Order: sequence, then structure tokens, then C-alpha cells
Amino acid sequence: MSSWFTELRERGAARFAEVGFPTTRQEAWRFTDVRAIAGTSYGTATSRWSVDANGAKALRVGDLSSAGDIAQAHLGRYADLAANPFTALATAFLDDVQVVSIPAKTDVSSPIRLSHRFEGSGTVMATPRVLIVLGDQSRATVIESHEDSGAGDSLSNSVTEIVLGQGATLDYVRVQREGAKTSHIATTQSHQGRDSVLRSTSIALGAGLSRHDLGAVLAGTGASLILNGLSVLSGRQHVDYHTTIDHAQPHCESHELFNGVFDQHARGVFNGRIIVRPGAQRTDSKQTNNNLLLSGEARADSQPQLEIYADDVKCTHGATLGPLDPTALFYLESRGLSPATARSMLTYGFAADVLTRIAVLPVREDLDRMIRGRLGVETLAAA
Amino acid sequence: MSAVMLEINGLKATVASDAKQEILRGLDLTVKAGEVHAIMGPNGSGKSTLAAVLAGHPAYAVTGGTVTYRGKDLLDMNPEERAREGVFLAFQYPVAIRGITNSYFLRSALNAIRKHRGQEELDPLDFLSVLEKKLKQIGWDDSFLNRAVNDGFSGGEKKRNEILQMAVLEPTLAILDETDSGLDIDALKTVAEAVNALRRPDTATVVVTHYQRLLNYIVPDRVHVLAGGRIVKSGGKELALELEDKGYDWIKPEAISA
Repeated sequence: MSSWFTELRERGAARFAEVGFPTTRQEAWRFTDVRAIAGTSYGTATSRWSVDANGAKALRVGDLSSAGDIAQAHLGRYADLAANPFTALATAFLDDVQVVSIPAKTDVSSPIRLSHRFEGSGTVMATPRVLIVLGDQSRATVIESHEDSGAGDSLSNSVTEIVLGQGATLDYVRVQREGAKTSHIATTQSHQGRDSVLRSTSIALGAGLSRHDLGAVLAGTGASLILNGLSVLSGRQHVDYHTTIDHAQPHCESHELFNGVFDQHARGVFNGRIIVRPGAQRTDSKQTNNNLLLSGEARADSQPQLEIYADDVKCTHGATLGPLDPTALFYLESRGLSPATARSMLTYGFAADVLTRIAVLPVREDLDRMIRGRLGVETLAAA
Repeated sequence: MSAVMLEINGLKATVASDAKQEILRGLDLTVKAGEVHAIMGPNGSGKSTLAAVLAGHPAYAVTGGTVTYRGKDLLDMNPEERAREGVFLAFQYPVAIRGITNSYFLRSALNAIRKHRGQEELDPLDFLSVLEKKLKQIGWDDSFLNRAVNDGFSGGEKKRNEILQMAVLEPTLAILDETDSGLDIDALKTVAEAVNALRRPDTATVVVTHYQRLLNYIVPDRVHVLAGGRIVKSGGKELALELEDKGYDWIKPEAISA
């Protein structure tokens, strides 16, 4: 094992030894209690990645042996060990890393799919790690999915780092649909160069408890970010999205839309932090968080956090929370649709509001089928 | 002589959440097939409530009277049954439905109605050809078909969208609730032309409006003045001009004494 890699692991271990698991007394973890994770002793899981690079030649997808220099240059440089104890823990257990590296001026038209499952006897922890590096003026679509592990009370602690060179464009979709007994902790950290475009959609359907920290740094002038998310939960599932968008340079834009559909006793947390650094003039930032509560027991908490240190900026945020709108239901019924169809259509529309923003059509269609199934609205006539 | 399409007798309605708040207080109205009726009146007279009650809006409770539509008890039907039986309400404030495209929404609604009529449901391709004919008929392009229903639409676009839905669903009884409010004169003319193009001897239209100007373009057979929850005066199209001239103030004493 290379020395830089060992050293990175050691830094992760040292940081975690210092801070330990977070508690609900810490502001960032106020709504998400990880005592059950802290009190479990996990065995080591075997990660099973299946990778479909769609036969694209100009890229390197694989483990460290085939992409060592790229990994050495970027791995661990963006996901801050100090920002999240779970990132430190995942780094301490770094094993293989899925590296997607697109050379400069290369356009990879077909979606690259990375799909993770993990196995192990009993209660295990997996630390899936992904590094996506797009060279200047390159373009790609990456779908990262975390599938049902079926491994009982296990923990998936995933870290993904995304680096976009000048003028690069990445469509990135992350789908989490692990088993209801699995805990899923994730960090996604992106770093964008000048005039780059990142369109990111994070979808949470599975896991009993999930926490996803999405950090995005707009590090070059003119960078553009779409950071969207969709949660569809039921039972006693819990999802906590913490997003941090860092406008470090002027003339950047960020559009953020997180919608959550919560049924039965499900619970959603959204914390959206936007930082506009001194000098990041002409920042254009919009944040929206909508929560649909389908039962009286479902709950959602929404917290915007704007820190603006520049004066010539446009920043807006808004949140909604509540059941289906009775006026909208009546509107649909007054056009001949049954109350059941009206409810399905409004619920589906709430989710589709995020899905329809996914630019890559085949990816959107797959997700659309998945979400219809999850919402139980397959009976809606196909669009 | 044309058949009676809508017969309202002594209709009373309150706000559903507050039984003390009576809005309609014994309203009578008869509409025959082929006719256009205008309901005018001051703000707060109950015009929009009448439109909402006819469509079955759950925000209002009917506390008295009868409504017979083509020989059937309209008040006994759910909102979706009324729609399937041919009643259409063009909303004063159309609702935005995120994530659902206009064309998908229209096809779902049309198929629900076709199914009720015992007609075959239309697949997306067949629907598109129906839709294109309707768009041509009312002189519009297809620019808002793939946008989410009323989402981000301007006031005028929302009103046009109501008329497009009306054209596609081919109602027997169309109720337009202040479709003219917030429209500039060109948009008003376009909407009126579309409504006129859809007039047939076997359909009827009830136009609820505060202003006379819409009635320059949709010429009514009968004009009714609604005040205090009742029809206080009825007449021909010249009544609308009289109202335009004199305002509503002269109506009020009659309404109170009635």
C-alpha cells in the first residue's frame, strides 16, 4: 500500500479517535441521533461495486492500481476530516476507491454507472469511496447508487469527492435505496473550477436512518451549481440532509431544490447553509425546501442558514411544509379525476418536480419508474 | 323550445367551516340549452360562491334548495361526477400543479370523462391529434403543453389554460368564474373568441363577472344581478349596459328589502 494512502488513513483514524461520534448536543446533529450506531460493534463488510462505464475508452474507472496518480492528487483533499466525524471514520477504513477520471476536452455521452452493495456476516460497516475528476472542458454523466444491502443492522458510511476542471460539466445522480434496517451516512463534497457546471440530484428512498452532508465549493468565477434532492420515506425512516454551498468566487450561481415526501411516521430534516464569501459579488443563489406530510404523524424540520459577506448578491430561500393542498385536490377533481387519482397525481407531481429537472433523459425515465413504484402510483396513466 | 339544462331553486349555502356565514340566501336561476347567462353583481354578493357550489367545492355547505342539472340532482354528485356529467368550472384562481405537465393532466382528465361516457381511452398519440385540433380551433400554439400545470404561468396564461381545458373536455355546462379579471383587452378578446367558438345549441354557459366589458365579446341571452345571495334583477343584454352606467349602488336597497 502506498505511503500517502496509509498516511491518509492514519489521519482519518487520529481525527476520529479525537472527536468520536457526534451527539445531539452538537448543533449539526441536533435532529439525528446516532447513539444506536455508536453503540454497535461492526464487522468489516465486503464492498461489491458493479461499474458500467458503457465502453467509453477515454476514461479510467477502477481501483487504485489503475488510477493511482489521480487518486493521490485528489483523494481526501475536499472532504474535510474535521467537518464530520463520519468522514474521518470512513477515511480511517479506506479500502478500494472507485475513481472516475475524464481527461480534458473529452465528452462521455453515455451515463457511467457505479452501483454499490455490501456483504458480510452479521452486523458490518462498509466505507464506499468514490472520486470523480473531470478535466477542463470535459463532460460526463455519473450515476452512483447504493442498493439494498440486505445485511441487517449494518452501516454504510460513504464518501464521494467531485472535482470539476475549468468549463467541465457533470450530471451527477446519487440514489440511496438500502434496506430499512441499514444506517446510511454519506458525505458528498464537490469542488468546481471556473465556468464549470455541476447538476447534482440526490435521492433518498431507503435506510432506516440516513444522513447526507452535501458540500459544494464554487471555487472558480462563473461556476454554476444545481443541487437538488428528493426523499420519499415511510414507516419509521429518518432522513437528514445537510447542505453547504460555498460561494467563494464572484459571478457564480446556485439553485437548490429539496423536496421530501413523508408518510406514516417518517421524519425529514433539511439544513441548507449558503455562504457568500467577501468579494463573491454577483452571486445568484436560490434555495427551496418543500415537505409533503402524508400523515399526521410524519414530521419535517427545515432550516435555512444564510451567511452573506458580500453586498451585491441575490440570495433567496423558502420552505413549505404540510399535507396535500385541498384546493389543488378540488381542482383536479373538478376536471373529472377521482379523489384517489388526484392524491396520487399531486404526490407524484411533488416528486416529479425534482425528477423533471434531471437533464439526462434515460436516467430520468429509470428514476421515474422507481419513484412511481415507491409512491405506489403505478396506476397513474403513463406520461 | 330548448330543454332546461340547469334549474336552481331556493339555493342556500354557507361557508363549510362556519355555518353562521350564509352567502347564498335562496337563489333561483333557470338556464336552457344553447343559452349564455351572465351573473353580475358587486364584490361579496356571492357570485364566486355560486360558481364554486355548482362545481361542488368542499369549502361551502349547501343548507337549502335544489339544483337540477339535465334532470339529475346535481347536489347529490361528487365534484368528479359533476365533471364527468359535463359540468366545467373555469377557476378565477387556477391552481398550479408542480411536476405534472399540462398535456398529461389534460389527457388524464379527458380519459376519466371518456371512460364515464363509455368511450375508449385515448393513448398519448391519439390524444395529441385531438389536442392539436382544439388548439387550432381556438387559435393557440402548443407552447404550454409541456410546462407543469399553471406553474409559473402569468395571470393571462392561467386563464387561457382554463379555456384550453374547457375546449378539450367539451362540457355541457360551462361556468366561467371571473375569467375576465386581470386580463388586458387583447387577452380578453382571445378568451372570448375561444368561448364563442365552443358555443353549441346543446351546451350552455354561465359567465360570472364583475364588469360589463367581457359581455361586449360574449353576448349573453340573459343577465342577472346577484346581491345579498339572491338574484335581485334579471333582464336581457341591455341590463349589463345599465349596470355599467349606473353601477351597483341602486341595486342594494332592493336586495336588502327583498
